[in-house]
This record gives sequence, structure tokens and C-alpha cells, in this order.
Amino acid sequence: MTESDFAAITLTITLATTVTVLLMLGGTPLALWLGRSPSRWAGVVNALVTLPLVLPPTVIGFYLLIAMGPDGPIGRITSWMGLTTLAFSFPGLVMASLIYSLPFVVQPISNAIASVGDRPVEVAATLGAGPVDRFFTVIMPLAWRGFLTAAVLGFAHTVGEFGIVLMIGGNIPGETQVISVLIFEHVEALDYASAHILSGLMIVFSLIVLIPLYWRANPGRLLP
Amino acid sequence: MTANIQIKLASRVSSTFHLSVDTEVPGTGITGIFGKSGSGKTTFLRCIAGLLHAEGTLVVAGTTWQDPSTFVPTHKRSLGYVFQEQSLLPHLSVEGNLDYVAKRSESISRTARSDIIDQLGIGSLLARSPEKLSGGERQRVAIARALMRQPSLLLMDEPLASLDIAHREEILPYLETLHDSLAVPMLYVSHASEEIARIADHILVMDDGQVVDSGDVSSVMNAPAFPTASQDDVGVLITGKIGERDDHWHLDKVLFPGGEIWVRSHPERNVGQKLRIRILAKDISLSLSEHEDSSFLNKLPATITAISVEDHPAMQRVRLDVGGNTLFARLTSRSVDHLNLATGTRVVAQIKSVAIVN
Repeated sequence: MTESDFAAITLTITLATTVTVLLMLGGTPLALWLGRSPSRWAGVVNALVTLPLVLPPTVIGFYLLIAMGPDGPIGRITSWMGLTTLAFSFPGLVMASLIYSLPFVVQPISNAIASVGDRPVEVAATLGAGPVDRFFTVIMPLAWRGFLTAAVLGFAHTVGEFGIVLMIGGNIPGETQVISVLIFEHVEALDYASAHILSGLMIVFSLIVLIPLYWRANPGRLLP
Repeated sequence: MTANIQIKLASRVSSTFHLSVDTEVPGTGITGIFGKSGSGKTTFLRCIAGLLHAEGTLVVAGTTWQDPSTFVPTHKRSLGYVFQEQSLLPHLSVEGNLDYVAKRSESISRTARSDIIDQLGIGSLLARSPEKLSGGERQRVAIARALMRQPSLLLMDEPLASLDIAHREEILPYLETLHDSLAVPMLYVSHASEEIARIADHILVMDDGQVVDSGDVSSVMNAPAFPTASQDDVGVLITGKIGERDDHWHLDKVLFPGGEIWVRSHPERNVGQKLRIRILAKDISLSLSEHEDSSFLNKLPATITAISVEDHPAMQRVRLDVGGNTLFARLTSRSVDHLNLATGTRVVAQIKSVAIVN
């Protein structure tokens, strides 16, 4: 493996870790709100969160690129803050990944919280536990598997994305060149040997991550 | 004198159901909240606990839990809540469940803690996981857990409804001892009149989201308008005292103002003890004169004070006065006509059976 291969691996892991941590921190309150909000807007927000599941990554990438451009809303904010554009940068890649991987984190957490139900949470309230206390002492212990699933899927999905990276990040070594893009480059250059190594690594990694996740789930259930 | 609990709550639960309660309940003893299912009993209790949002005012033990400008959240209300179905936190052991409260409320003394554990007989269950407990054991732990909070108000939402009869009988004695030892008021929701008759002092009768009757448990339950699950359940509650025991025939004589009734004796009861008995209307027959040749043990002279036709025209309900106590008898319209019964007629009430409530 070459130096650029290692750089791509490091960059991919950094990106996926950053995105997973941010998504767990942001996705958990979002999932809690979606599960409990009586607001009719919750349905709309839920649809928005799910959108990346059905849209081609190029569509999201395209609009993000426009938004990050000098005349786009995100671009204006960044230039007002005295920053350069987010497009073709690592922070831009993080932002795009956050949007793209959001449903993979929010949905397992939502499902897990829904399966815990209202009763244990109400019981804890009658026993003197406040909202934060209830989250850490009742929801987390009862729904931990959903949180684990969310983190694993969020990480794995960020590692696996390609289209949106190409649209937003381009292919800058050390900055935006993640493994999936590098494989594409190796193939274009007909360097199949290098493409084999990285692709094989991706398959092994994905299996190592996914098998325990599904192994632990009850047999007969389709989703973790 | 403990301050009454002031409750004035209204909540639009759905487009067809509206809770609207404006009442006071005593600051001591057990208040039964009675009504058929769908009458809003549980909604009412949830509003008091703050689990449901209602508009209005709520003052418990001198502390305002709610008024138009305040809403104390559930976890800051000093209450113990026992839910209808299994409510133990499943990821904690029995002891973990008890400690969960202890960590979050004013520290409870070791003696008070072990008293509660002893009182509910759960000492041997502490290390167990909730899923390894029977329904009755779970509810005993849930009651103990509610007591551990040392609350200002205990709320019980049909704690026996999810249990079979055997387990119900396992819990009721604990509730009765609680009644005697408990310093804090309790609101006890039930659709079973016999449960309320057994443990409550005071009663609120709910229908369609409103309190339709309230007061002392025997005066409310003995009123002709008291709604019962079925006509077979019409009856009265009488509080008396065991006056003497007949060891030969194994009978106790219960004295109450206006008369006496013989009941089966029981080794755990003693002369002088207070006793609450329930006499159902279907267990009373009337005759115009006293017959020596009948098998009825209890025959009380009575005067008819009212007669009303039941939903079914074949049956009539006769209200009787027995030395100041009210009894109800359920007769066929044919018998009423045959005996020529009317208000003011003096009769002998023959009592077929008596249920000892406690």
C-alpha cells in the first residue's frame, strides 16, 4: 500500500469518527423529540430526516454544493465568519456526511426509545427522577442496543459513502480523498491491484462491524 | 387536623372526553375513587401526578402543586404512584428498584426502610429480577417502592386489577394494614366496590369525567343512587362491633346501632373488635310476620321507606329502615304486589347471608 492509501484510510476513519460522535450527540435529542412531540411538524421533520435514504447522493451533494457556494446560504455564513468556502474541504465533507448518515442514526434510536415505551419513563418520574436523570438511568439502560446499532450504522455508512463525497469534497489527498474515492481513482487508472487491496479491506471491515450487530439480534427479526 | 387536598382540575383529553373535577378530599386516610371503566378515574389520577397536563389548581399538604402560574413537574411532586400493570424498572433488581427511589428522595432511615420491607413481606425477594416475580409480588414491591419515597400523597391506580383473585387476596391484607399505619393520605382508584368498601374511609364517585358523589364511604355506598356494576351488587355497608361469641354454634353477634346480626365466627376475630359487613339486596327477603319455622338466622324488624322499580320491570328495590340503618331488599314486582307492600309497611327482613368485609 502506498502513502496515499494510508492517508485515505486515516482520513476516512477520522471523518467517520467525527461524524458518528456528532450524530450521536445531535441525533439522540432529535430522536427523543420525534418520539414524544405531539406537534404535527414532527412528521415533516421525520420525512426530512429520512430523505437521504431515498434520494440519490448526487442530489443532496448537488444542493449542498450550491448552498456552500459563495452565493448560497451556507457560503454566506462562512464568508461572513471570515472562513473560506466549505466545498472541497474536510469540514464540508463532515457536514455533508452528517446529513447523509442522519437517518441511519436517528431511526435505530427512535425505534429503541419507542420500544421502551412511556411507562418506565413515567414510573421514573414518579420516583423522583428528572428528565436528564430519566434518560441516563432508564432510557439508556433499556435501549442501549439501539444506541449501539445507531453508532455502528452511522460509522459504517459514513465510511461507505461515495457519491456525496465526490460532489462536495472532490478528490484532494489528505483533505477529502477518502477510501471509496481513492478506489475509484485506482480503477480509473487501471491500477486493479491497489483497488483490490482497498476494496478487500472495506469488505472485511464492513463484515467485522455488521456481523456482531446482527448476530446479537434475535433470530427471526429482520432489523437489529 | 391535616389540611384537605384541594383539587380543581380540568383537561380536554379528547374531543369526546373532558375531565372536570372540583373537590376536596381529606388529608388523612384512604379515599376511594370509584366509577365504571371510562369514567376518567385513571385520567384524574394522572393529572394529580402531573403525568397529564390539566388546567387548574392542586394543593397537597399545604404545598401548591399546580395553579394557573405554577406547574410542579411529576418528579418534584412528593408522591408515590402504584400503576395498574407491572411497573418495576426491568433492568434493576427488586432492591435496585427500592434504591432508585431512596437515592432521589429525602434520606429514609434504615429502620423505616426495613419496616416497609417487612410490612410488605418482600425481604426474601430483594435480589430477584422483576421478571422472576409473580404478579402479586410485583405489586407488593411497587407499593413498597412508592412508600420508600415517604410521600405526601399516595396514588394507587387499580393496583389489583391485573391480578387474579388469589393474588388480590394476597395484597388486600397489606393494604388494610397500610390503612392503619399510614400517616399520609391515599387516593385509591378502583372499579370494584368491594375493594373500596374494604379499605377506604372516603369515596369519590366518578362518571364521565366528573365527580358525581362524594363523602363518607358507608353513607355514599348505602345511598340508593350508588352506581353498581350490576343490580346484583346493590347492598349496604354496616359498621358494627362483635358483642358476644357463641362457641357452641361458632357464631359471633355483631352489634350495630339499631340491631344485631349473627355471623360466622373466625379464630382471628375477638369480641369487642370492630367489623364492617356488607349485606346485599339480593340476600334479603321480606315477610309480614316473624316465622319461627324458617331457617333464617337473622331476622330484623324493619319499616319500608321507599319502593322503586328497577330497569327490568319484574324487579323492585325496597328501601328499609332498621333502627336508623338503611337496608335494601330486592324483590319481584309480583311479591311486592302479593304482600301488598308500600311505604310505611312494617315487615321482617330475613337475611340469607352476610359478607364480612373486614
